[in-house]
Amino acid sequence: MSAYVITIATLIAIYAIVACGLNIIVGYAGQISLGHAAFFGIGAYTAALFATKAELSFWYALPCVLIISGLVGLLLGLPSLRVRHDFLAITTIGINFIVEAMFLYIPFFGGALGIGGIPRITLFGLPLKGIGFFWLCTGFLSLSVAACWWFTRCWAGLACFALREEEEAAAGLGISPVRFKLLAFVAGTAMAGLGGALYAHYMRFISATDFSFPVSITLLSMVVVGGMGTLWGPVLGTLILSALPELFRPLVDYRILFTTTLLLLMIRFQPGGLLGETGFIRSRVAVRSRRGRP
Amino acid sequence: MHLFIEQLLNGLAMGAIYALVTLGLALVYGILRILHVAHAAVYTVGAYAGLYLFGATGSLLLAALGSMVLCAALGVAIERFVYFPLLKYPPYVPLIGSIAVMLAIEELCRLIAGPYIQTFPARLPFPDIHLGPVTVSSTLTAVYGVTAAVLFLLWYITSRTELGLAMRAASQDMPMADAVGINSHFVITVTFIIGSAIAAVAGILVGIYYNQVYPTMGTVPAYKTLAIIVVGGLGSVPGAVIAALLLGMAETLLIGYAQIPLPRDALAFIAMIGVLMWRAEGLLGSK
Repeated sequence: MSAYVITIATLIAIYAIVACGLNIIVGYAGQISLGHAAFFGIGAYTAALFATKAELSFWYALPCVLIISGLVGLLLGLPSLRVRHDFLAITTIGINFIVEAMFLYIPFFGGALGIGGIPRITLFGLPLKGIGFFWLCTGFLSLSVAACWWFTRCWAGLACFALREEEEAAAGLGISPVRFKLLAFVAGTAMAGLGGALYAHYMRFISATDFSFPVSITLLSMVVVGGMGTLWGPVLGTLILSALPELFRPLVDYRILFTTTLLLLMIRFQPGGLLGETGFIRSRVAVRSRRGRP
Repeated sequence: MHLFIEQLLNGLAMGAIYALVTLGLALVYGILRILHVAHAAVYTVGAYAGLYLFGATGSLLLAALGSMVLCAALGVAIERFVYFPLLKYPPYVPLIGSIAVMLAIEELCRLIAGPYIQTFPARLPFPDIHLGPVTVSSTLTAVYGVTAAVLFLLWYITSRTELGLAMRAASQDMPMADAVGINSHFVITVTFIIGSAIAAVAGILVGIYYNQVYPTMGTVPAYKTLAIIVVGGLGSVPGAVIAALLLGMAETLLIGYAQIPLPRDALAFIAMIGVLMWRAEGLLGSK
């Protein structure tokens, strides 16, 4: 594989981890979040600060990054207990703008210059780069997908599904909306934090604009195109939205138009996403299997 | 002292412009319960259309009228082809659709008109007003005058005409309005026409006021107006206007006099989150 392909593949793996986290919040728990890039950024900045200011190795810093991202997610998930639907969407947009502004205006976070000189991750004393880093990200992605799979099978996941479908009815059955909404927020933001930490160590330079609101829109597009609430939807969506613009590289000037038009067509004709219940892939498979039946 | 008054006047103009952009959003939310983010893209198109028509005809009035017609058509098209088929889904589905429309239109503007800032060479047909040491420029007067006229017209339509009655009925309870013989889809169309035409006016005014028209001029208003309609109370038009005026003045004065380490664009969202936590129905909203 050429360095170019490895770079694209590594970034796809990192974004897929973040998209999986968003899927837990939006797809499983049904809490719309338009500010996921903020949590991605919080993970990246925490990892970068640990690596540059505390000079802590990635492996020791990672648990702290996950805990800090999860705690911030808990804090910023609190509005979801008070506001719903449209209000939550606007609140999360606001959170994204405020977090980005804090990265940009507070000198501790490097201000407009961002944070540079982030060291590479070392494994058994060897710095990981190129293909090695790609496999590391793929490993973390597999862990994230496995965690999502486990989440859909365990009691907490089922409780989140119930809340997504009908909050009042679920609460009537004794499912605490407070506990499970916050659980989904913590799980989703911790996963975004993991993606952020990998991103910081991969790019080795981060600045506030890497985590601005358009990134949140891209992440949400990935989840929507792949299929909200499905296991592999976010991964497929990330693959499509990241790989297609690279394949159409000559049309580089039109790539944002292409991405947004794809998002619009998806939401207009397949709001469930490619892998969703009503998505055309699944309905084709269903039709074929029905035909196959005696 | 006169500096303070000039700051206040600028803040008021800022707020008036926010109010004009927010009106369409509040009207649409009132009737469809959709966060019409793409409204800011309509406003950008309004500014560009005004600029080109002004260049072609040389008349500001013709440019404004043409731009209003174009924007009204664009608004209705967005409603017909994007929002109406998505009404049966949860509210975030049309919201995502709206964001996609907004980004796509913004990109189209960039590809067609170029990414650079264009100037709006219009000169207004009346002079600056001097009140002692305070100068009120002709653009400021235009912003105040147009905003007041638009607000009065809107108030007249919604509270003194049968069309306004139908609009209010449809926004209260659409199935019920249908049942008593109101063509609610027609009312929705009219709402989009009015909101988008006002957005066109706002786009041209902003173009003249800052002497700038550029593809991403809608980005900040797109999300700031969301914060404004929340602060004003979702769907409440008077609330949105008051919140817009307050925000415009607060931004100008706080940036001018208080040293806060935050960009002005974050202020709206901080105010909004405060309002949501403290009084979720907004300034003038009802539960």
